[in-house]
Amino acid sequence: MKLVTAIIKPFKLDEVREALAAVGVQGITVTEVKGFGRQKGHTELYRGAEYVVDFLPKVKIEAAIKSELLDQTIEAIEKAASTGKIGDGKIFVFDLEQVVRIRTGETGSDAL
Amino acid sequence: MSEAIAVAEAAAPVAAAVVAAVHKGDVAWMMTATLLVIFMAVPGLALFYGGLVRAKNMLSVLMQVMVVFSLISVLWAVYGYSLAFGGEGLIIAGFDKLFLSGVTMDSLADTFTETVKLPEYVFIAFQATFAGITCALIVGSFAERMKFSAVLLFSVLWFTLCYLPIAHMVWGAGGYLLDKGALDFAGGTVVHINAGVAGLVGAYLLGKRIGLGREAMTPHSLTLTMVGASMLWVGWFGFNAGSNLEATSGAALAFVNTLFATAAAVLAWSLGEALFKGKPSMLGAASGAVAGLVAITPACGSVGPMGAIAIGFLSGFVCLWGVNGLKKMLGADDSLDVFGVHGVGGILGAILTGVFTAPSLGGTGGAKPDEFSIASQVIIQAEGVLITIVWSAVVAFIAYKIVDVVVGLRVPEDEEREGLDIASHGESAYHY
Repeated sequence: MKLVTAIIKPFKLDEVREALAAVGVQGITVTEVKGFGRQKGHTELYRGAEYVVDFLPKVKIEAAIKSELLDQTIEAIEKAASTGKIGDGKIFVFDLEQVVRIRTGETGSDAL
Repeated sequence: MSEAIAVAEAAAPVAAAVVAAVHKGDVAWMMTATLLVIFMAVPGLALFYGGLVRAKNMLSVLMQVMVVFSLISVLWAVYGYSLAFGGEGLIIAGFDKLFLSGVTMDSLADTFTETVKLPEYVFIAFQATFAGITCALIVGSFAERMKFSAVLLFSVLWFTLCYLPIAHMVWGAGGYLLDKGALDFAGGTVVHINAGVAGLVGAYLLGKRIGLGREAMTPHSLTLTMVGASMLWVGWFGFNAGSNLEATSGAALAFVNTLFATAAAVLAWSLGEALFKGKPSMLGAASGAVAGLVAITPACGSVGPMGAIAIGFLSGFVCLWGVNGLKKMLGADDSLDVFGVHGVGGILGAILTGVFTAPSLGGTGGAKPDEFSIASQVIIQAEGVLITIVWSAVVAFIAYKIVDVVVGLRVPEDEEREGLDIASHGESAYHY
């Protein structure tokens, strides 16, 4: 099993969710986050005062999947989240040791 | 029938003689104008300022504006009205009307027409709102760091020793600047220069906010700032057109000028930002509106609509400089730019009143249009500006020093970091 974490542009969330559903991903967790990467922040000007905003708002999605779904999942996120411009985000993949469905007690890939 | 004619004939000589009368239309308008000025202060000014501070200080600003306005209103009834308008005098009026003594439902106040009077209560209320909002304006300079008790004590001292004498000198019977012929229709000197200077002195004496220049001090809600600025614009029609004291064409002139000058200033500030900063901002447009309102205040009763547009346009550019280049030169942490907008806009407006009142530039020419001269009027205007600046600065300096000794000016450092809402008032503005 794998845990796929992706940082994407906030307005791409719906497209990514649809693309993941289409390849059979059962559920995702979404968090609003801030961060920086290669994309630079911007400056804000309030009357005479200038502020540099370093951290840009992004959306983090997390999906726990079966290992055989990994390539399709990565491809789906990559395609749906891409604008071709700097700041499109990143995908991180982790090995996932265990999953438990709390309601039934099922474990492993049955719980996905 | 014949009886009616007889009555009419008997009444005729009375009507022919000059008899002062109160007109219902004037009374209704002046009470409406008074309400509009209250609306300027709370919620207008409070929201305009509140949106500009950080979320942790939102309530402290709303609270300071509301309580200062209320405090000054009560003091106005106790002694303020008497000192400013209770008689004749060069610098103050007198002590005859302390606690509004002698004022009854039948007492009358003068307007600009000899035969037209207002119930004195209406005039008292109208002028009370001016005193209240002037003191509330100063709050913007020392926002986010001053003790609440210090704010109140300073307001009392400055109101007593600065606002009252300046108001009397400009507007009161026998007042020094009134007799000189200074034009200040609705209070450019009395309200705006006065408050702007007192604020600047406060910004110097209190020192900078902790973290200024190192931490982000971005306005927490420009939405509310825009709402507040718009309320100020609406309320200002009461302030300016109400200063005519009668519902006549004079009020209409002040009304159109307040509309056009403000609109021109919004355009000018936005244009200035687009040219010099790259992007026109909402905060800029809102600031431009206030700058235009301030600048047209002394002029609105004596310039023409085109003059008003010129004054508004110039104020937008000059006040944009006031909160940028000038602010950097002054080096004071005037938190919400009370001096940059009200002080600078007030000075500009007062001087330009001397220019655009000229009949050749579409103005009325003031009391004696035939003798109007731009040069001599500008000198008189400048004298009014200078007296106000010096008087307000000196009184404010002494008042802050007294407050510092009695209660201390600033909140402790940890309270400033925590935010005045919780530290001074025990509540927070937003619960997410």
